[in-house]
Amino acid sequence: MVTSNPSPAPVADERIKERSSLRKALVRPELGGMCGTVLVFTFFLLTAFDSGMFTSQGILNWTLVSAQFAIIAVGACLLMISGEFDLSMGSMIGFAGMMIAIFGVTLGWPIWFAIIVTFVLCMGIGALNGYIVIKTGLPSFIVTLALLFILRGFTIFLPQTIERKTIIGGIRDVAEGDWLASLFGGKVLTGLFQWLGDAGLIATFERGVKAGQPIVDGVPMLVVWAIGLIIFGHVLLTKTRFGNWIFAAGGDAQAARYVGVPVSRVKILMFMFTAFCATVFATCQVMEFGSAGADRGVLKEFEAIISVVIGGALLTGGYGSVLGAALGALIFGVVQQGLFFAGVESSLFRVFLGIILLLAVVLNTYIRRMITGER
Amino acid sequence: MKPLFKSLVLATAFVVAPLLGATTASAEGEKYILVSHAPDSDSWWNTIKNGIALAGEQMDVSVEYRNPPTGDLADMARIIEQAAASNPNGIITTLADYDVLSGPIRAAVDQGINVIIMNSGTAEQTREVGALMFVGQPEYDAGYAAGLRAKSDGVKSFVCVNHVISNTVVAERCRGFADGLGVPLGSSMIDSGQDPAEIKNRVLAYLAANPDTDAVLTLGPTSADPTILALQENGMAGDIYFGTFDLGDEIVKGIKSGIIKWGIDQQPFLQAYLPVVILTNYDRYGVLPGNNINSGPGFVTADGLELVEKFAGEYR
Repeated sequence: MVTSNPSPAPVADERIKERSSLRKALVRPELGGMCGTVLVFTFFLLTAFDSGMFTSQGILNWTLVSAQFAIIAVGACLLMISGEFDLSMGSMIGFAGMMIAIFGVTLGWPIWFAIIVTFVLCMGIGALNGYIVIKTGLPSFIVTLALLFILRGFTIFLPQTIERKTIIGGIRDVAEGDWLASLFGGKVLTGLFQWLGDAGLIATFERGVKAGQPIVDGVPMLVVWAIGLIIFGHVLLTKTRFGNWIFAAGGDAQAARYVGVPVSRVKILMFMFTAFCATVFATCQVMEFGSAGADRGVLKEFEAIISVVIGGALLTGGYGSVLGAALGALIFGVVQQGLFFAGVESSLFRVFLGIILLLAVVLNTYIRRMITGER
Repeated sequence: MKPLFKSLVLATAFVVAPLLGATTASAEGEKYILVSHAPDSDSWWNTIKNGIALAGEQMDVSVEYRNPPTGDLADMARIIEQAAASNPNGIITTLADYDVLSGPIRAAVDQGINVIIMNSGTAEQTREVGALMFVGQPEYDAGYAAGLRAKSDGVKSFVCVNHVISNTVVAERCRGFADGLGVPLGSSMIDSGQDPAEIKNRVLAYLAANPDTDAVLTLGPTSADPTILALQENGMAGDIYFGTFDLGDEIVKGIKSGIIKWGIDQQPFLQAYLPVVILTNYDRYGVLPGNNINSGPGFVTADGLELVEKFAGEYR
């Protein structure tokens, strides 16, 4: 982690190719994501500027959607760089939410305890995912596909058996005033937004019990979690020895083992981190909406993978960046909500998604070749 | 790499420009947004799209249709927030899960947007979120009426094929049907999933395991169409008492050929058409009907199928 290299003045190493500092600053895995972000924002500023997309409420809307993608994209990104996939993420979101509801509402446990038990349980399942992949040597694609069905099945079966319905509500009531719940469902900077509303800088409610209060009354914890996870993931990946291990495990696992990288441990930890991210997503969602449903999180695993791929990571592992994945999530979220603002027929959303994915992958491939020099 | 990048941008612009032009051209007059809870794959909502298109044309307003692509209700909440942010004159939305959707709907109402609840929801919930009115079919009552009808036809046991197990409102139809029959629901409701082949095989499996089942109740074209195939395959078609909610091409053919006894029409066209008309008149002249509107249930049987047949899947 800390390089205490007492080498004197840097002597030019003839083994390293000379590169201009501009090129070094520009050519990086996130370049595709940056270009895409600029492109997408320019596009929507031109086509949907007066549609409410860039009012406080509109900005919060696509920020929330992007933050949701970002939370799962960080986990998926690190796991993908370490050379594995997790297709059970979406099911894990539904499962985690349902577990919190069953523990907290049906069994009546205090909500902080329900949340902690759910985190432990889900990370345990993540570890199981990793353990099976490592022990059997099967592709993680197949192993986690099995978990996708198993978890979704339980998410439908458990509430139906226990409560005779597939949506469990009433979480908001039991979570009222809970210290841990507010860490997921609360809002920060509420004072600032009230001030902005009073000063007339952002829109306020016109009628009802909340008249006079700003429509956007704070930054939801979902966004704070997203930013926190992005920073954590970025630092872990680029500034620590463990980060190097992640790259090594995904690049060539056998070579990494030869030089002493604990590949199995790294991969299992990454599976657990992915499960952690999915559970954060689920907890924020459950705390915000106050209910857990059996259909939550359907196809979210692909949305996470799409964000990561738009952000420049390689499906085969060993290459990628957390910042890129975060930008991928931002692009995904802005496009998804922006198309609504621009008034595009909603059934065309998938067409746009496909086009963006294709463009991003082509662009990223060129950038990667420039970086690594491969042909 | 530069020219490649440039061409990519140009390509996007070319693809996107005509689509945008096509959809924003009619945006004069009032603007309304209809938000549904249905995934892209649910064909039943086509009637809704046609209904709002016709109402928009007749009233000279623009109406947009939005839905969560995978049917995830949490995504739907975001879409309602988004719709409110784009500041339309009114929002027409379903209330498929009160916990998830009441917050965003309430916020839209407080923001000064008129809201009408359609299709899913109850009169009480509609009042609580501050919406103007509810246009739809009270699901439990419709199921109950169907149950009474089946009881008088001598039905004693049934299986309910539920393709949207996560929608609690739709499950009320099965509960109402069981109560109308006077039998406990028990394990009579099966979760069939959305895939036609899966639905067909689950129905076949259930009927093989419970051969003395008197009646089949399906909850829409998604489960009815494969069930017709299943019954044709195991030879029960025309013999077993078969009722369904909602209409569609195959259901109408089934009613005509005697496989299906009756279809309960909740008249989705009215659920889409009426809110647009009501909101427009409310915005223009301040007039509003004084109560919720029941768009159904209407029983469609082999008699008087002509109009239904002509417009099934389009306006019926």
